[in-house]
Amino acid sequence: MPDSLAGPLLRVENLVRSFGGIKATDNLSLDVLPGQLHAIIGPNGAGKTTLISQLTGQLMPNSGTIHFAGREITWLPSYQRSRLGLARSFQITCLLPDFTAADNVALAAQAHDGHSFRFWGAARKERHLRDAAQAALTRVGLARRADVLVSELSHGEQRELELAVALATKPKLLLLDEPMAGLGVTESARMVALLKELRKEVTIVLVEHDMEAVFALADRITVLVYGRVIASGDPNAIRTNEEVKRAYLGDQHVVVSHG
Amino acid sequence: MKPHINASNVIAALVALCLTLLPLYSAATGNIFILTLFTRIVIFALAAASLNLIMGYGGMMSFGHAAYLGIGGYAVGILAYEGIGSGFIQWPVALAVSALYAFVIGALSLRTRGVYFIMITLAFAQMAYYVTSGLSRYGGDDGLTIYKRSNFAGLIDLSNRVQFYYLCLACLFGGVYLIWRIVNSRFGMVVQGVRSNEQRMQAIGFHANRYRLVCFVISGTICGLAGALLANNTDFISPATMYWTRSGDLMVMVILGGMGSLFGPVIGTIVFLVLEEVLSQFTEYWALIMGPLLLLIVLFAHGGIMGVLGRLSRA
Repeated sequence: MPDSLAGPLLRVENLVRSFGGIKATDNLSLDVLPGQLHAIIGPNGAGKTTLISQLTGQLMPNSGTIHFAGREITWLPSYQRSRLGLARSFQITCLLPDFTAADNVALAAQAHDGHSFRFWGAARKERHLRDAAQAALTRVGLARRADVLVSELSHGEQRELELAVALATKPKLLLLDEPMAGLGVTESARMVALLKELRKEVTIVLVEHDMEAVFALADRITVLVYGRVIASGDPNAIRTNEEVKRAYLGDQHVVVSHG
Repeated sequence: MKPHINASNVIAALVALCLTLLPLYSAATGNIFILTLFTRIVIFALAAASLNLIMGYGGMMSFGHAAYLGIGGYAVGILAYEGIGSGFIQWPVALAVSALYAFVIGALSLRTRGVYFIMITLAFAQMAYYVTSGLSRYGGDDGLTIYKRSNFAGLIDLSNRVQFYYLCLACLFGGVYLIWRIVNSRFGMVVQGVRSNEQRMQAIGFHANRYRLVCFVISGTICGLAGALLANNTDFISPATMYWTRSGDLMVMVILGGMGSLFGPVIGTIVFLVLEEVLSQFTEYWALIMGPLLLLIVLFAHGGIMGVLGRLSRA
C-alpha cells in the first residue's frame, strides 16, 4: 500500500478509555512518523501507560481507532500486533523470571520464526534461535550474562533485557514504557546511548519521566495531561510552550533547565 | 542441556532399573503380590506423569485428571462388553475419546485461571462421574466387569502377569520419554514460558491459550492410555475410578515427587502407593498418618522429593 508508506507508521484517532468515571484516555489523537523517536511525556496519572497498553492490545479502548502500517489494529489481540511488528517493553519489568536471559530472547525470536507446534527437536539446540538471542543480547550489552537466570539479574540488567527481548521480535515500532525507570546515573547514561543507536534503525515511541533523556533523544514530543494531548511538536516548541510549563509547574525547572 | 550426574538423576536411573528388574525378583522369590502392586504403581505413575505435564510444566492445576482414567477405562470396557475385544480398536478409541474430552473441557476451562480453573476442571470430572453412574446398560454405579482383556492378535498376552507388567512399564517409559522431548521442544518452551509469565508471552507474539490447550489435550490423551491399562489391570471399570478423591491422589503424587521434574511423578507415585499399602496393613486409619506426612513434605520439602535430592546434590 503506497499511501501507508508515505503516511504515519502509527495513527491514533479519537481514542477514549475510561475507568469508572475517569477518562484515562480522552479523545486522544496521535501520529508517529516512520524513523522518528516520538516521546510521550506528562505528569503522573496522565494516562501514558494506559495509552501504551491500548497500542499493544493489553487493554481495549472504549472508542476510537488505531492504525499501524496502514492497517487497523484497534481490536487485534496483542500476540497478533506483535506479529505485525509492534513490540513493547514494560514499565514494570515483565520477563520470564525462571528462564535465563538467553532463553527469554530466544523465545522472542522463536515467536517470529513460524509456529511453535514443534514437539520433538530440542529448542535450546536450534542454532539460529540461539544466534539471534546472542545478537540481541550483544546489542544491549548483556552478552556475557546470557546464561544467568532473569531472577538473578540486577534491575538495570533486567531493563536492558526487556529491550533485547523487544528487539528480537524484529519490530517496526518499539514502544518503550519508561526504560529508564529505577536506573542509576551510569545505567541511565548507558540506556540513552543505546537508544541513540536504536533510533537510527527503528521507529520508537518513548514514554519517559527523565526529561533530560527525553530532550536529548526525541524528534518529536507529545505532552499528555489527564488523558488529553495538550501539546505536540519538536523539543524546542515543547520547551517554550506555556501550557506545558503550567502543567509541569512542579517539575518546571526540569523542563527549562535543560535549555 | 547435557544430563548431569546428580543425586536426583542417579535415583531416577536406579528406580528405572529396579522397575525393569522387578519381575525377575518376583519370579525368584515367588512374591506375586509385589508384581501386582507395582503394575498398579506403574499405571498410576503414567497418569501422574501426564498430569505433571500440565501442572508442573504448564502451570495448569487440573483437579479433574482422574476423568481420563475413567474415560480410557470405559472405552475399553464398553467396547469389550459390545463384543469388540481387539486392543487395536479399543486403545485408539480410548486415546481418541480422551483427547476429544480434553479438547472440549480444555477449551472451556482455559478461559479461567487459578482457583477457578481448579474448580471448573473438578466440576467437569464430577460430571463425567455422574454420567457414567447413569450408564445403566454398562452397570451404572456398580461398574462394569471386563471379562476379556484387550486382545492384541497374539503379539502380547495381557493376561500374562509379566507381559502385562512390561507393557505397562513400556508405556510409562515411553510416556516419560515423550514428555521429555515435548518439554524441551519449541512447544514445551512456549508452554513453560506461559506458565512463567503469560502477559509477556502474549506481548512477544504467542497466542498463549492455543498452546495451553494443545498441552492439555496431550496430557489427557496420555492419561487416557493409563486408563486403558488400568481397566485391563483390574478387569473392571466403575465411576469410582474418576471420583474427585482420585484426582486429588494424582495431584499429591505429582507434588510429592516434584512438580516440573521429569521423573518426580514416578517417584511420588511409588512413595504414595507403597506408603498407602504399608500403612493400611497396620491400621484402617492409615489416612491419619498419611495426611500429616504429606503435609510435612509439602511444607518443608519445596519441589518434592526430587527437589530435595536436587538440593542435596548441589550442597
